[in-house]
This record gives sequence, structure tokens and C-alpha cells, in this order.
Amino acid sequence: MNEVLLHAFNGLSLGSILLLISMGLAFSFGLMNVINMAHGEFIMAGAYTTYVVGQHLAPLVGGTDAGLWFLLALPASFLVAGVLGLLLELTIVRFLYGRPLDTLLATWGVGLVLQQAARSLFGASNVQVSSPSWLSGGVVLSGGVQLPYKRVFLIALVIACIVAVYTYLHRSAGGRRLRAVMQNRQMASCLGVRTRRVDAATFALGAGLAGVAGCALTQLGSIGPSLGTNYIVDAFMVVILGGLGRLPGTVVAALVIGVANTLLELSTTASLGKALVFALVIAFLQWRPTGLLALRTR
Amino acid sequence: MFTSGLDVEERSAAGSFRRRAVCFAAAALAGAALLSACSKEGEEAPAPGTAPAAPASDSATIKVGVLHSLSGTMSISEVAVKDATILAIEEINKAGGVLGKQITPVIEDGASDWPTFNEKARKLIQQDGVAVVFGGWTSASRKAMLPSFEELNGLLFYPVQYEGLEQSPNIFYTGAEPSQQIVPAIDYLLEQGKKRIYLLGSDYVFPRTANKIIKAQLAAKGGELAGEEYLPLGGTEVSTIISKIGAAKPDAVFNTLNGDSNVAFFKQFKDAGYTVDKMTVLSVSVAEEEVRGIGAENIAGHLVSWNYYQTTETPENKRFVDAYKAKYGAARVTDDPIEAGYFGVYLWKLAVEKAKSTEVAKVKQAASAGDIEYAAPGGLVRLDGKNQHTWKTVRIGQVRKDGLIQEVWSSGKPVQPDPYLTAYPWAKELVAK
Repeated sequence: MNEVLLHAFNGLSLGSILLLISMGLAFSFGLMNVINMAHGEFIMAGAYTTYVVGQHLAPLVGGTDAGLWFLLALPASFLVAGVLGLLLELTIVRFLYGRPLDTLLATWGVGLVLQQAARSLFGASNVQVSSPSWLSGGVVLSGGVQLPYKRVFLIALVIACIVAVYTYLHRSAGGRRLRAVMQNRQMASCLGVRTRRVDAATFALGAGLAGVAGCALTQLGSIGPSLGTNYIVDAFMVVILGGLGRLPGTVVAALVIGVANTLLELSTTASLGKALVFALVIAFLQWRPTGLLALRTR
Repeated sequence: MFTSGLDVEERSAAGSFRRRAVCFAAAALAGAALLSACSKEGEEAPAPGTAPAAPASDSATIKVGVLHSLSGTMSISEVAVKDATILAIEEINKAGGVLGKQITPVIEDGASDWPTFNEKARKLIQQDGVAVVFGGWTSASRKAMLPSFEELNGLLFYPVQYEGLEQSPNIFYTGAEPSQQIVPAIDYLLEQGKKRIYLLGSDYVFPRTANKIIKAQLAAKGGELAGEEYLPLGGTEVSTIISKIGAAKPDAVFNTLNGDSNVAFFKQFKDAGYTVDKMTVLSVSVAEEEVRGIGAENIAGHLVSWNYYQTTETPENKRFVDAYKAKYGAARVTDDPIEAGYFGVYLWKLAVEKAKSTEVAKVKQAASAGDIEYAAPGGLVRLDGKNQHTWKTVRIGQVRKDGLIQEVWSSGKPVQPDPYLTAYPWAKELVAK
């Protein structure tokens, strides 16, 4: 029983991580059709922001163990990555809308530049972010099975992000404008929406969400210049499987891939499990090229 | 204002955009890998018919190549080794150089890309006419460079522990081979009464070869294989593997993970409730430099196997650590490959001085007597005359809370290198394959 619970938890947890890393991409790639290869580097920027906050701000707000700094690092990561995204949009991406191959190459180049910039700023070695004491350890079930608090926290964070994004999109003026522009740009423009500004804000929002993911991932994995490259492929896979332009699709796809990957890895090996997931995704897209929950388009 | 221009473009592309975007994204992911390889191809290749540069020893200085990944994923580890190599070169120059000549390092970036390593190695040998190259980290980079060193008769000093079963006439191996790191580590675990061993590694040549050796050793020495798992290189999703380890209930985990996966593994292993007193992990690719990225609190108490630690107590090591920190900053640490990158330069210098020439054939001839030895920071090291590997002291260490590593067992004297494990009857099958 506990075993089953543990595996279900692992699947849910992997799904939450996948959702966290792909939610930002669902905006820049899913909604705006920008093949944003620098998405991984926004995740990295969030992770390094968390590192800097942990190094310099933590002593001022109760020390590393108290963990108040970590709660501050979340919005800080959102802001830093969001501002980076905004700069990228204003200086490069906006000239390349509607030219996917060019955005692909340009953002990939920007990604490399950001990686090397991190290398120059923080050194090539991985850095270490300590965990707040309330994130160490886990819920102990009988039979020696333990559910780490960090993963519980990640699941909660993802739910919070979904709620925040949903509220923004459906309950705020900005979100309404965003949806209007993405659904019918000309009409929105005619009605006085400044589409350029909405584009920039949407791209920045996607980058900011990647920053939040980076902050959360410091608790699980390594923090180094090439951190983003570990996640970028998975992020694209989730968004494409979910269906472009559909945020609920991204949520479902992340959970499906998370659970499938855990189950397949359990019955085979890590490498084979991952390969099987890729194969299944490809097969599914052959059958339904528009993804799990695609918009009906003419 | 500028919305209008943008909208014209968008309108034209609007129709089939969604489907195309998917195709492009897929092409992007595949293409990214290809591009990174292609863009470096052909760059810096010497024009056909260009004669190799004049032998380095004719000029006023001796050129040597330093070839490590200064960018890309492997730069995490390799930059520090390059720094140590440069430190040794500067020390030698200050003390009067080699054969009365100063050494000029030619530094190249392998960019964590194996074809690039090969290109740069050819460039160093053919265009720069270097007397020797110090470099490489991954076995993939060494295997990529090996044919060029043999074809062009270059000389490579390779500073990292590796899976053994190799012996190129043009390579001196200053890192450990399995009998100097992995085999004694398993012996140590068995002596401690840890019979059921779980093998965990990254999915590439080194861990898979190492685990083949370990499985033969366990079978011969009464150990038991509790399980074997490989994580894709760079993978960070380890929760399922940790569950599998938990279910197998081994006495110890033998860890050949490389790079970022180690960080994810140790962080999540601890959070899953496996403290060091419940299950010991012995790692062979985690040194002081990697401990910094993992976080000492996540790995303290676990074991590692190497030939050198920053805490190794020799007068040479105290001097080496001081010099390294003085040059590169007090926050830096030294570790095994860093030390090997450092003393490799001195071993080459001694061989050159004995040969009275930097010519590859003469240097190899000088080393073949097996009497080139140097008091390295980790104790005496000696180039083996027959297999061109290095006699090194084996040390098992335990990670301390401050991130340094404390020796808990040592072979006490340099161990003879045996890359084909000829001294172990149980390894016969492996070598035959």
C-alpha cells in the first residue's frame, strides 16, 4: 500500500516539476508561437537569483535555516527572469514575430550568451543553495517510506501558480487583453488594445514563470550555468503534447508524462523509461497532431 | 505606432502557423545538437599540404598544449584542472624552465564537444607544433583524441581516473585506472561487512565498464549485487531510482554518477530519509570540487575513493594548496584530477630532462625505464615503464561537514597500475571481451 502511494506521489511530483518548467513556455511558445530556446536560461536565471538572495539577503532576514529568504527568493526570481524576458522581447524577439526559424536561432544564441554570462559572473562550477529547515526531511509513512517536504512544497507551489495564472487570465483586465490579442489580434487592436505592449508583457510573464521554476528547482537539482539545458527538451515536450495555445492542455500533459514516466521507469530502467515516454508522445502526436486539448482551428 | 508593421507580418503567417510551429520546435531540438557539432567542424583545420611546424625544441621556448573544456557542461570540472596545469607551468618557468627553455602554454577550449577536442588536438600538434598536450576529462573526449595522437605521433597527458582497458603508446595516464580506485573501494566495502551492493551510474561508457568490473569482483569475492541502475547523463529526476534502491535494501550504494546528476541524487536521497547511518554511498566521481555544488550537508559522512584529497598530509601538498589558493582565490579547493593535472607537467618535465629532448619518441624512451618519479602533493608518483600509467597511492575518504574529505583508509604506498587487471583472476573474462 505504502509502495503504491509512494509511486503515485513520485508520479504526481514529477508531473508538478514538468508543469513548473513548462508553464512559462506555454506562454511564449504555446500562446505566442515563439520557439523560445532561451527558456532554459530563464530557469537558470531564477536559480542563480535564489542563490544570490540566499547568499546576501538570508543573513538579514533570520538566517538560512529560517527560510524567510526562500519565500522572498520566489518573487525575486520571478522579477529577474521576467525583466530578462522583457529585455529579450524588446531587443530581439519583437522583430522576429512570424519567423519561427529566425526566433529559434536568435533565442538559442541568446541562451548560449546567458550561459556564458553566468559562467563569467558565478564561475563554471555548480553553486550550492541551502534548504530552509522546514523543507528538510519529509512525511514519514509506516514501512520506512518518506515523502520529502520539498516535493510536497513543489506540488503546492505549482497549484498556487496555476491559480495565479488562471486568476490573471480570467479575472483581470490585463488577462482579458492578453486573451483578446492572442485570439484575434486585429480585432483587439481595432478596439484599442495596445498589442505590442501585451506581447511584451506576455513574453515577460512566461520568462518570470520560468524564473519561479528555477527558484524551486534549486531545492532538487544542481545550480550551474548549464542547468537550463537539463529541462528545455522536457518543457517543449509537455507544451507540444498539451496542445499549443491551451494552458489546461499543458497541465494535463505534464501530469500524464509525469505519471507515465514514473510507471515506465519503475518497470524498466531510467534511460529506457524516458525513451518509451518519447516514443509514446511521438505516436500520440501522429494520431492527434494538435495535442491533447487543442483548439479547433480551421 | 509600430504595431501596424508587425501586424502585416503576422497576418501573412497566421494561417498554418500552429502546425508549422510544432514542426519547427521538433526540428529545433534535433537541430540544436547537430548545429553545435557542425559549426565547429573544419574550423582551424590546417590547409592541406601544410608541413607541420618546426619541432618545438628548435625555438627559444617550448610550446605545450593545454586542452580542456572552458565552456559547455564539462567546464564545471575542467577549468580547475586547466588552472592547475598552468600553475605547474608557471612554477617550472620560474625555476628556470625545461632544458633551459621557458614553456609557453597554448590554451585551447574543447567546449565539452568530442569532435572539437579532436580538431583542437590536431591543431595543437600540426599548427602549433606543441611538444605535449595536457588535457581531456571524459573518456569520450580521450577516445576522440586518441586516433589523432597516434596518427600524428603526438603526446597526451590525461589527468582523470577512467575505466581502464586501454593503453595507447601516445598517452600517459596520470589518473587512476580501476585497480587503483574502484577495485580497492569494493574491497573496502566488503571488509566493512557491506556485502549487498547497489550499483548506480550515469548511462555512458565509464559507469557501465566500471560496473562490469565490479560485478565480476563481487561474484569472485562473495559479495552480492543488490541492483543496477543507470540515469541518463545530466538527468535530475531520481525519485524513482531512490524508491528502487529503497526496495532493494542494499548495504551500500556504489555511485558512478557523473556531473549534475550527483547533486540531484544526494539532495533527494537525504530528503527521502536515507541518512548516512542508514545507507552508505561510495562515490568515485565526487571530489572536493563536486562536494561544493552538492552542498556538504547533503553528502557529509558518505565515502569516496580517490588518490588524493586536499587534506592529504604531505609537505608538498601544503605548498601546492597554498600556491593554488594564492593564485586562484582562497575559496577554491583542490582535488584529485586537479592534482593529477598539476603533477603531470612535472612528470613530463622530468622525462624531457632525462631524454634531453622534447621529441615524443625520446621522451617515451626515457620513461620506459620506469624511473621517472616525482614527489607529488598526494605522495610519490611514478610513470610505469610498460603501460604508461602512474603508480599512485589509493585512498578511501569520508566527506566532512566542512566539505573537505578525510582519509579513512590508504594503501600506504603507490599501487602499481594494471589497466587490464591482469593480476586479478576474476577479470580474465572481461579483458578477453
